[in-house]
Amino acid sequence: MLKVKDIDVFYDKIHAIKQLSFHVKEGEIVTLIGANGAGKTTTLKTISRILEPAHGIIKYRDEDMAKIPPHQIIDLGIAHVPEGRRIFSKMTVSENLQMGAFIRKDKREIKEDLEMVYKRFPRLKERYKQIAGTLSGGEQQMLAIGRALMSRPTMILMDEPSMGLAPILVEQIFDIINTINNAGTTILLVEQNAKQALEIADRGYVLETGKIIAEGTGKELLQNAKVKEAYLGG
Amino acid sequence: MTLLIQQFINGLSVGSIYALIALGYTLVYGIIKLINFAHGEVMMMGAYFAFLAVIVMGMPFLATLIFSMVLAALLGITIERVAYKPLRKAPRISALITAIGMSLFLQNLALVVFGATPKVMPTVIPKQPINIGGIQVGTVTIVTLVLSIFFMIVLDRFIKNTKPGKAMRAVSEDKEASVIMGINVNRTISITFAIGSALGALGGVLYSVAYTQIFPTMAVMPGLKAFVAAVLGGIGLIPGAMLGGFIIGMVETLTKAYISSQLSDAIVFGILILVLIVKPTGILGKNEKEKV
Repeated sequence: MLKVKDIDVFYDKIHAIKQLSFHVKEGEIVTLIGANGAGKTTTLKTISRILEPAHGIIKYRDEDMAKIPPHQIIDLGIAHVPEGRRIFSKMTVSENLQMGAFIRKDKREIKEDLEMVYKRFPRLKERYKQIAGTLSGGEQQMLAIGRALMSRPTMILMDEPSMGLAPILVEQIFDIINTINNAGTTILLVEQNAKQALEIADRGYVLETGKIIAEGTGKELLQNAKVKEAYLGG
Repeated sequence: MTLLIQQFINGLSVGSIYALIALGYTLVYGIIKLINFAHGEVMMMGAYFAFLAVIVMGMPFLATLIFSMVLAALLGITIERVAYKPLRKAPRISALITAIGMSLFLQNLALVVFGATPKVMPTVIPKQPINIGGIQVGTVTIVTLVLSIFFMIVLDRFIKNTKPGKAMRAVSEDKEASVIMGINVNRTISITFAIGSALGALGGVLYSVAYTQIFPTMAVMPGLKAFVAAVLGGIGLIPGAMLGGFIIGMVETLTKAYISSQLSDAIVFGILILVLIVKPTGILGKNEKEKV
């Protein structure tokens, strides 16, 4: 479904991603794990075309994404839950969710999806009129995920959804990711929380300074000695 | 007492013009964090456009307004495309200097095209005052106030309820997140310049109707005062620009009436200095804290 082939990405002169290749199949949860600065966020931003690769090809359903302007990536069915949530903090909760459906014109279905999101995240329903910036961190993360769902994506790029959340909320977020995937949405998940990410993932890639150093199924990587030592606390 | 009420209404009317112009500053600042110093010149061009519409084409007042606003909107879009867009990733100071350059360019362009001699705006709104319960108010004053408030309400509805309006709010808050949502950021910035410039032109037309003279440097003072108004209310905030505009108009008018007409500008700019010392974010501005 998504094919990333030999991409190089630079920040000015810093070579952040080196000859990176991986793929995601329809219906999978694939995770990219690795330490801070390994290039995980850069990879997602490059797929969303917020960043431009210097070389390499990214294809989504055999379509070359380089030809599509960044704001039309969502039309392909790819939603992005960015690092740090990036909700519109001055808008209300319901306005934020509607921004997720910005490209859609089917008003009735948007309303249905809004109800679906509220059903999945009752806290958001309770607070639909509240200014999003006043939500707690966990609620903001739910809002960011709900907002992504509002575009009816076929694939969601998730960047550190568990960052800065209490353990109980982290558990909840991973449950939600699983549920969304079970409902048929493919997920590319970037996480520092390697253990939990690998537990729910079908497959994973380990990134180190812009390169893939290991890959395999979630289970394999959980057993991998190198991975265990470096990311799972021995 | 009647004099005070009259002055009060005059103040509101002048203030509404400043508010219209201040909205242009604040909208643009909100979306690309640039003080568009050429905005005053868009107002001046708006006045010239109106002059042409009335004198050359013989348009009635409302058609004149629309004509001027549309042309100014196109001018605003062009300015952004030509001068600011190439600098979007450059340091902010570069764009600021470019804005000052654009301001001078437009002043001199007007000088070449229209000449240095002031043009006199014909009487498009009847001069005789209206008498409301013993209070004499100029027709121009009332028309200015009504039109300004009407367009402010339209703007408010537009920003709150329409898709391009929501896109403007989203882009002003977070460009990257907006792109992810599928918002065309370039188009949204163009729309913002169009709206800001159209409101500026409206201010320019009303200003030239009230003060009758149109000349290339006419916008320097009202442009600066509107900028002060935008900062006073809280730059980047739409209600702030409106509030700031009305306050500046009121202060200026009341100073002229009761203290000294020579001191009024000094007091207006004194307010800017005071605001910058006491509350740099403006009356409605907040120091935002980040939430984890």
